[in-house]
Amino acid sequence: MPKTLNGERPAGASPRSLFDKIWEAHEVAESLLYIDLHLVHEVTSPQAFESLRLAGRPVRRPDRTLATADHNVPTDGSTAAAQIRDQLSRVQVETLERNCREFGVPAHSIGSAHQGIVHVIGPELGVTQPGMTIVCGDSHTSTHGAFGALGFGIGTSEVEHVLATQTLQQRKPKAMRVRYEGELGYGVTAKDLILGTIGRIGVAGGVGHVIEYAGPAIEGLSMEGRMTVCNMTIEGGGRAGMIAPDDTTFEWVAGRDAAPDPLPLDDWRALRTDDGATFDTEVVIDAGELSPQVTWGTTPGMVTDVTAAVPEPRDEGEQRALAYMALVAGTPIQDIQVDRVFIGSCTNSRIGDLREAAEVVRGRRVASSVDAMVVPGSQQVKAQAEAEGLDEVFRAAGFDWRSAGCSMCLGMNPDIAAPGERVASTSNRNFEGRQGRGARSHLVSPKMAAAAAVEGRFVDIRGWE
Amino acid sequence: MKAIHTVRGPVSVLNRNDVDTDQIIPKQFLKRVERTGFGEFLFYDWAKEPGWDLPPNPILATGRNFGSGSSREHAPWALEDYGFEAVIAPSFADIFYSNCTKIGLLPVVLAEDEVRAVMAAGEATVDLEAQRVSWEGGEASFEIDPETRRRLLEGLDDIGVTLQQVEAIDAYEADRERSGPVTTSLA
Repeated sequence: MPKTLNGERPAGASPRSLFDKIWEAHEVAESLLYIDLHLVHEVTSPQAFESLRLAGRPVRRPDRTLATADHNVPTDGSTAAAQIRDQLSRVQVETLERNCREFGVPAHSIGSAHQGIVHVIGPELGVTQPGMTIVCGDSHTSTHGAFGALGFGIGTSEVEHVLATQTLQQRKPKAMRVRYEGELGYGVTAKDLILGTIGRIGVAGGVGHVIEYAGPAIEGLSMEGRMTVCNMTIEGGGRAGMIAPDDTTFEWVAGRDAAPDPLPLDDWRALRTDDGATFDTEVVIDAGELSPQVTWGTTPGMVTDVTAAVPEPRDEGEQRALAYMALVAGTPIQDIQVDRVFIGSCTNSRIGDLREAAEVVRGRRVASSVDAMVVPGSQQVKAQAEAEGLDEVFRAAGFDWRSAGCSMCLGMNPDIAAPGERVASTSNRNFEGRQGRGARSHLVSPKMAAAAAVEGRFVDIRGWE
Repeated sequence: MKAIHTVRGPVSVLNRNDVDTDQIIPKQFLKRVERTGFGEFLFYDWAKEPGWDLPPNPILATGRNFGSGSSREHAPWALEDYGFEAVIAPSFADIFYSNCTKIGLLPVVLAEDEVRAVMAAGEATVDLEAQRVSWEGGEASFEIDPETRRRLLEGLDDIGVTLQQVEAIDAYEADRERSGPVTTSLA
């Protein structure tokens, strides 16, 4: 029996969700899931390759595996691992390159025109496609669900398992649907939608679940916006985020380097949740109610409207967060001044994100008190932005225009915020020390980050001139 | 992976919720290419706080949603290298939980009041075979996936187990109608 996504099913078979369909099409045996695409980066793979080597095991499907260097790479324009000054970072990138050569895995390391953040290059090369199972040793693999794929993060032991067997031992997670009613208001973006969602369901609200996002507010998003939403699913505890593919998806995928030609549209259009399919958990959110969001604490769930004030702490954890953030309850969000602005990360570094931010800063200047940087998600995004002149817009405003990588999202490369510095960041995690020891992170959309760079404090983008 | 049957001994207490893996092992220590030697950097920044007290006991008892955030397996490696053999919490983040079971660090989910009782007791016994945690004055049972439990009890190599089904994987690949991405065509 061939495993197709919309294969023969008996009349009267129970309705299935998008997640059910992809899961069932990939079951090799009970709880053994076939993996269509395995993305690899330098931080979570060296121990996996080493164990394969010790056991004398090959990589089963190098043609379904793709590697890049992103976490450690300097964003100063270096074009070879040998140029990386930090010795441990250099060794890690060189180790990736050596492992990929030895095991036959295609790698787009530093210096490649295809190098970039793993969750940016998968989609842009067209290797991320609807209906696939996609894994990577990185929690933000949920990003790929924006294409109607099942993408989730795994640890290094599982990276090794997938390299050796192209499968994973997995129990089927529970299913959740988050359905948005209404449309997003002016100036409210995908980032605000997902931050607002996490604020409502909590940082553990999605634990044990794969989350499907649905409703007109989702259908109205660009692919970049959908990737932002699915990317931060893990911040709400969800294993994977998914959005049913539609014409927006197909148009985006068509013509990319690894995209099929013609696209298998009959199969892909079947990737929808059937009417009457049931979910273990259903959440309904009014998208029209959402305002631009700003985090005030040390988890992405500690978030509020830009028009609000820092809330009263409700427990010890929130007290601790306010102390770390050096914030006092009752302070209006728009009174909070920032020292740094970081536009980048696998959440918000794609061309659509950079266009939105550039529109805000065009003809304006970064406040003298602010150090602002833009880090494109990939070399291709960088080249596209430069072809459109966005680099000039950012540079003229006083932004530092960098090369591609994870950069200050987690500061494994030299892009680190100093202790006590307050950062308006388009990334995904405001954890203690995430962007630098003692650094204080506020998560916002690219537009909000750009406006904060100009004003030196948070402003409501909707009424800002 | 070494087999686990019973973990017995003193309990270290970290009474915080939503402890993320960035706290367990900060990013600057992820640059190593080995699996070992992470224990000395466990909770690197928090360990500098006054009053920090987390001795390397066999059991760690902690708060809700432990291990959230990054998928780094370096977090369970660091906990295990430091000396913990079991972690008891009211809930865990999914990837962290899975990572623990892959390396033989036993994650145990108990109700919040039971975790508090274990913290107060200061010593406990976790019996994986019986799926029970006992402490002075109380005991509780815990759930674990039967296959995961079997692998942990027998100390099985996951890849070895899966490769016993290699014919099913071959058949699946031969049967598939869709052609996948050919990543090798991009090089």
